[in-house]
Amino acid sequence: MSTIYLPAGLPAPTTAPDGLADPYWQGTREGKLRIQKCRGCGAWQWGPEWICHRCHSFDLGWDEIAGRGRIYSYERPHHPVHPALNGHGPYIVVLVELPEYGGVRMVGNLLGDPLQAVPIGAAVEAVFEPHDDATPPFTLVQWRLVG
Amino acid sequence: MSERSLRGKTAIAGIGETTYYRHGKSPDSEFKLALEAIVRACEDAGVSPRDVDGFASYGNDRSDGPRLAAALGVKELRFSNMFWGGGGGGVCGAVGNASAAVATGMADCVIAFRSLAQGQFARYGRSGGSPLVGGDDAFLFPYGLMSPAQRFAMKVTRFMHDHGIGQNALRAISLACYHHAQNNPNAVMQGRPLDEAAYDASRWIIEPHFHLYDCCQENDGAAAVLVVPAEQARDLRHAPAYVLACGQGADHRSAAPVHNMPDYPGSHFRSLAPRLYAMAKLAPADIGIVQCYENFTGGVLMSLVEHGLVAADAANEVLVKDNLIAPNGGMPLNTSGGNLAECYMHGLELVIESVRQMRGTAINQVKRNEAAIIIGGPMVTPVSSLILGSEATL
Repeated sequence: MSTIYLPAGLPAPTTAPDGLADPYWQGTREGKLRIQKCRGCGAWQWGPEWICHRCHSFDLGWDEIAGRGRIYSYERPHHPVHPALNGHGPYIVVLVELPEYGGVRMVGNLLGDPLQAVPIGAAVEAVFEPHDDATPPFTLVQWRLVG
Repeated sequence: MSERSLRGKTAIAGIGETTYYRHGKSPDSEFKLALEAIVRACEDAGVSPRDVDGFASYGNDRSDGPRLAAALGVKELRFSNMFWGGGGGGVCGAVGNASAAVATGMADCVIAFRSLAQGQFARYGRSGGSPLVGGDDAFLFPYGLMSPAQRFAMKVTRFMHDHGIGQNALRAISLACYHHAQNNPNAVMQGRPLDEAAYDASRWIIEPHFHLYDCCQENDGAAAVLVVPAEQARDLRHAPAYVLACGQGADHRSAAPVHNMPDYPGSHFRSLAPRLYAMAKLAPADIGIVQCYENFTGGVLMSLVEHGLVAADAANEVLVKDNLIAPNGGMPLNTSGGNLAECYMHGLELVIESVRQMRGTAINQVKRNEAAIIIGGPMVTPVSSLILGSEATL
């Protein structure tokens, strides 16, 4: 059983009802990070949408990307807003910018000490966090400081 | 072709609010609260509720227009309107929509209102329920990013980082609201003063910028304003608070999923504010009444900047308590206590306070009371703002 950053019992992701994000979540199960890339104009797009906001093509592909980025912003919640977090203590949420992919941003947790300093601009890399015991199983993408 | 504008065509002629309660403490149902606020707004204006012919609200208010119309014996319902979007982003938009209906002749006498009894329904600051989340939330909730405070905190982190703004600026906003509430008998936080030490010692909701006192309350209550044609308002009981401008909407792609809005460190008024001032034919310096919706103090900071009321690089100097309190501060802010300390009435209490200030009947009366700006729901999308003016501003 793998370790997970936050306690079990938080809401789990689903692609219902429309399946728009299926390729992303199927990818993370395989250890692959995929985001949308427009087949019309070549632009990266995240989060998922049915149309390219630049050229209005509906032909959006899903391309694997390298999980490399830098911390754009962060927060350290203390107050538990969900029963699964009661008594857990603070944790870190980061907004990661991916300069190699059009500057799209992804949300995740910053692994490691929840009280660590969080330097804006620092390089981070993606870490897959499988939740194999969940029904159905899913895999989150987390981040850790590089170096 | 005449200029297309709301400026001076309508006015707020009546204001009404219920007793404000801590969440869960209202003895009355949410719908009854709505009725009370509406009846009081009509009484204040000297208009029969039967002559109301429209309702405008926001935030998915549960008290729907047709039921209100039936309950009040409205003769004919001509306008029933809901501003899309959650939270208080629509507070000024609801007043603007009511004004648009009146200005264009669709209706003559429209109530803009909000009724909210969070103790009787769900609270905003708690999550739970569904074990599965879809859509945008699927990329947020599993990481413990769920509540409104959590959704917006990273915008504030980055904005303060970019501009070198310190926590004291946010503290001053909170202290000013609590200061004003101490004189207000309908403020939920009356009798609970806040000073620097208590603010600093208060627990973190979210580091690095949201202490407990940076976050709004959750409450029960209702509030309403009555919008009528300008010429009719002049014949009613009170000096009209003319609607000079309403701006509503969102910056380019501000609802982009998973925190991908291009202008991330902001509160979503950047493109709205110039339109607002242009319609009002006023500049920030012309406005003496400033009421800015506090969901969280960081949103107040960013929206004051985006409305040109505070320069980002001067925020540390301008956002100090003495400058933000009536009657002698340079920019008295949220003079009835606002969402933080009067009541989280989703900002409609800020519209009502603006009208009291313009009438000269406010508890913490400001000196320059010819024009008011109300800023609604920073950081949500869509948002809205309103400028009101006295006869002298027309």
